[in-house]
Amino acid sequence: MHALKKNRPLRRVVLASAATVSSMVLLLSLKPHSTPAPAVAVPAPSGSAGAVTGTRTVTGDSVQTRWGPVQVRITLKSGKLTEVTAVVYPTENPRDQEINSFALPRLRSEALQAQSADIDTVSGATYTSDGYRQSLQSALDSARG
Amino acid sequence: MGTVFSFDVRGGRPGAVQAALEKAVAGLHRVNEVFSMYRDDSQLARLSRGELTVADCAPEVAEVLELGAEAERVSDGWFSMRYEGRLDPTGIVKGWAAERAARLLASTPGVCGVSMNGGGDVQLLGAPEPHRPWRVGVADPLRPGGLAAVVSSAGADELAVATSGSYERGAHIVDPRTGRSAVTDLVAVTVVAPTLTWADCWATAAFAMGSRAGLRWLESLPDVEGLLITAGDEVRCTGGLAARLG
Repeated sequence: MHALKKNRPLRRVVLASAATVSSMVLLLSLKPHSTPAPAVAVPAPSGSAGAVTGTRTVTGDSVQTRWGPVQVRITLKSGKLTEVTAVVYPTENPRDQEINSFALPRLRSEALQAQSADIDTVSGATYTSDGYRQSLQSALDSARG
Repeated sequence: MGTVFSFDVRGGRPGAVQAALEKAVAGLHRVNEVFSMYRDDSQLARLSRGELTVADCAPEVAEVLELGAEAERVSDGWFSMRYEGRLDPTGIVKGWAAERAARLLASTPGVCGVSMNGGGDVQLLGAPEPHRPWRVGVADPLRPGGLAAVVSSAGADELAVATSGSYERGAHIVDPRTGRSAVTDLVAVTVVAPTLTWADCWATAAFAMGSRAGLRWLESLPDVEGLLITAGDEVRCTGGLAARLG
């Protein structure tokens, strides 16, 4: 999990704005020893759910990380997040594969759990990669927008 | 590694909210420039090396150092702005900056609620919509993807939820009696208090104290509740925490 950590300056700001909901993710190099909570910007129950019916699949931006690009695809049913899949992730060496076999199911589970518990955000220690998070955020932003 | 800040702002005109978000983001960048200990040229790094005095620095530096000194007093040194003998207020800056950004957003006309998550520490202001409080999941450190609790902002106009975990150990969590990394039986401490600046400091301090002393100390603080999870998967909480769960 520690290999998922990276130390880099602010690279990208994801900014989304809807009529009543705005969400944003950015990176700061303030606290290098902590791992951020999942940016599970769960689509707000009131914000977009009413407008969206049926199943939609949205692919997030490809986000460059130290180990290679990461890209996440989400599936929404009636505005609810039902699946999160990493479609692109680093696999170049056995270490990558080891990390991914551990981290990706965990990241997916965090995203889905946050939504199923009907919560707005999550506090606490998690081991989420920035790349995964950013791509997930961009997919959620696109789905909402 | 960087910290992710995510905002959820409810109400207000989109244009005004967008402008406030940009201002809040600019404020966070500025904080990073001034306070980062990982940039040799930041004011804090230079202050720490004795190249600047507090008076030479941005006014926020004095403000943060004063808050940090208070946190050191209240926590009997378990929260500390020193690391390896050097001034390093990193432990208070993130919570303080996130709280400040949340307040800036909440002051935008028409905004009824703000949820600001800075690296897993959350400041809630107002409510997302009438008759619905903010709900914050507390990640279960021993069950990946699971939640140990859900905190509700019902009845509170401002509420912060900050978690300190074993992932932080070693760097900034130091036993003031030994000057070494704190030996703790805890894997995570979540503190619920009105403001994030303090919730974050108290979580750090209680984590370093360990479950017995940490729980006792959190009980002694007014308007502060805590949830402590030990490495043995025991959960301990302050008497008033139940009223904040939902």
